[in-house]
Amino acid sequence: MKVKAQISMVLNLDKCIGCHTCSVTCKQTWTNRPGAEYMWFNNVETRPGVGYPKKWEDESHYKGGWKLNRKGKLELRAGSKVNKVSLAKIFYNPDMPNLDDYYEPWTYDYQTLFGKETKHQPVARAKSQITGEYMKLNNGPNWDDDLAGSDRSFGEDPNMQNIEADIKGNFEKTFMMYLPRLCEHCLNAACVASCPSGAMYKRDEDGIVLVDQERCRGWRFCMTGCPYKKVYFNWKTNKAEKCTFCYPRIEEGLPTVCSETCVGRIRYIGVILYDADRVQEACEEPDDTKLYQSQLDLFLDPNDPEVIDQALADGVDMETIKCAQRSPIYKMAVEEKIAFPLHPEYRTMPMVWYVPPLSPIMNYFEGKNSIKYPELIFPAIEEMRIPVEYLANLLAGGNTEVIKNALYKLAMMRLYMRAKTSGKDFDPEKLDRVGLTEESATSLYRLLAIAKYEDRFVIPKSKKENIEHVEDDQGGLGYEECDGCALAPAHGSMLRKAKAGMSTKDIYAESFYGGIWRD
Amino acid sequence: MEDIGSFLLWCVFPYLALGSFVFGTIIRFTFFRDTITAKSSELLEKKLLMIGSILFHVGIIFVFFGHVIGVLIPKAFTDWLGIPNEIYHIGALVMGGIAGFMALAGMLILSHRRFANKRVFKTSSFSDLVVDLAFLVVIVLGLAASLGEGLFLHPEFNYRLNLSVWARQLFYFRPDFHLMLQVPIVFRIHVICGLLIFAFFPYTRLIHALTLPWQYLFRSPEVYRRKPNIRGDHNRG
Repeated sequence: MKVKAQISMVLNLDKCIGCHTCSVTCKQTWTNRPGAEYMWFNNVETRPGVGYPKKWEDESHYKGGWKLNRKGKLELRAGSKVNKVSLAKIFYNPDMPNLDDYYEPWTYDYQTLFGKETKHQPVARAKSQITGEYMKLNNGPNWDDDLAGSDRSFGEDPNMQNIEADIKGNFEKTFMMYLPRLCEHCLNAACVASCPSGAMYKRDEDGIVLVDQERCRGWRFCMTGCPYKKVYFNWKTNKAEKCTFCYPRIEEGLPTVCSETCVGRIRYIGVILYDADRVQEACEEPDDTKLYQSQLDLFLDPNDPEVIDQALADGVDMETIKCAQRSPIYKMAVEEKIAFPLHPEYRTMPMVWYVPPLSPIMNYFEGKNSIKYPELIFPAIEEMRIPVEYLANLLAGGNTEVIKNALYKLAMMRLYMRAKTSGKDFDPEKLDRVGLTEESATSLYRLLAIAKYEDRFVIPKSKKENIEHVEDDQGGLGYEECDGCALAPAHGSMLRKAKAGMSTKDIYAESFYGGIWRD
Repeated sequence: MEDIGSFLLWCVFPYLALGSFVFGTIIRFTFFRDTITAKSSELLEKKLLMIGSILFHVGIIFVFFGHVIGVLIPKAFTDWLGIPNEIYHIGALVMGGIAGFMALAGMLILSHRRFANKRVFKTSSFSDLVVDLAFLVVIVLGLAASLGEGLFLHPEFNYRLNLSVWARQLFYFRPDFHLMLQVPIVFRIHVICGLLIFAFFPYTRLIHALTLPWQYLFRSPEVYRRKPNIRGDHNRG
């Protein structure tokens, strides 16, 4: 057993209203630069829909993620190392998306709005941010936002392919949901495995996947490798960029910008401990529908003394373990089993999980007798507006059973809380049938519905004082180019000597000569 | 006076060019490491790149090794192996010709793409354009020299008797410029252009050729990195 800690996220899709605040604040923080205009480290897709980039889930086209080869061993779908060399893919990557699969970024010719009064109302025309020329807009960020009922979004969504034909065409049965997406910070990251230069890596401390900009040589295999298409190519620096999980904030114990600003409070961040030795074995589970379970089996109980001992031995610090014990992720994914990985069948072991949405059926069914006869929710879930098959294709490799169980649980929790707050009787045995108790239902309700800041975000600090000479940085960090802006860099060495047990007299003698400070 | 010109051209200039190559490479790798990239524009245009890039790269790699063989292996060695000059010459012409035309075709497509495709052109730096044209020129000159001169104008000319000797002399710092005076003009211009490419090589996108990711073949798929712990204790908290 090799214990590693992973920072991960759960998004409660039941509460996502598709407002794009996460995307906008993320963009303002990370990708409002030339070369990065088209990148959305976080984006929100309307489902069913084509997604961003177009049809990113169609792995027969983009060749992302892993597959099992004939011997049942893991192999990158885009081809092994030898295959990349021998087929000259390094000169031309056949599976890489191009700009039009995302969209060509543009701005507007705002100057025309400020001229003299003219006969016709002036119009600001779209201007490409790459070529600077006027352009005709036929694709853009969230081009199919809220258009889930249209033929185009139905037809082009790969998740719709296994769904009965009658749902597809029947406008009255159309459905819609939102899917916010970011980098999954996978346990078995295909982008990392694809990177020839070794620029992409997983942080040992918290599992965040980053691109080392100094090492990146722009070979672009990461873009193909990532099945979620969450590694982007900056056309100006000619290097790869991706979601950083806002690591500078995480290191300070703060949530990512997308989570912090989420108005629906749908996002949860926490640590989870997992067994790194068994990751490959878990990814080699041949049955797609069992991959969710095999990933679940990797997670370790942070309260198990044996796990704690091993974690400490493997270099996980105590604060991280304590945070793992209070982790909302562990509670939702492992204890309550209401959160699921996005497309586990890509075999990357993604670590941004989703609580499937429930609302549409409840309005239809909840009406009169649901509190009295809560078992009615069991047939109701099957009749849900968002087909369980669709959610299963999205979140469980086609395993409808596990999705249904989660939805039963969420629905039952609602019924229980409604009965409780309206003073009606509720038979606790009904809770038992979905694996809840009165306490666990109440605590799940608190976590999902009340969603207090401190319950949503349980993030260990990075203990920077152990990693950097913080004495030197005090008052000067970020002003490296400015000579004399901070005195700490000059005095830091003295503080360190004092900490190491050197007497002040000796430090004085070493640093001052005849009353003059030696710098 | 003419001698001084030739001396500068064939005994000084090559060292300046190669010196610039070595110096630039060291500087780039030590101080500007983060600027080294393959500078791909595949994101902006894909179709022409496919044919152009593969043709050019495969062609130019064969051309490069052909030059290495032609320059570094003395005629005496192939004679000793018993390879007649005619056979060697025809072999070199055929293989070099195929590789050369591949590189040329690739370069023509890539140049068309770089100058005619708006996205690619607008995102090109000055050095990208220079590199593009320089390669086009040097490949055309190379083909003109080996095929035009070698087949039609001066079929009796054998570069291995003078040009290659001079090139090898460069490596032990005794270049004799008189050897180069026997060489037809097209060859000479080709050599100068080639040396110029070496001279600006490390300052341009060409540097990516020196960062071939061979380590990839030997490393494990997943890469973990940790910030160094200056306190040396893991169980903190």
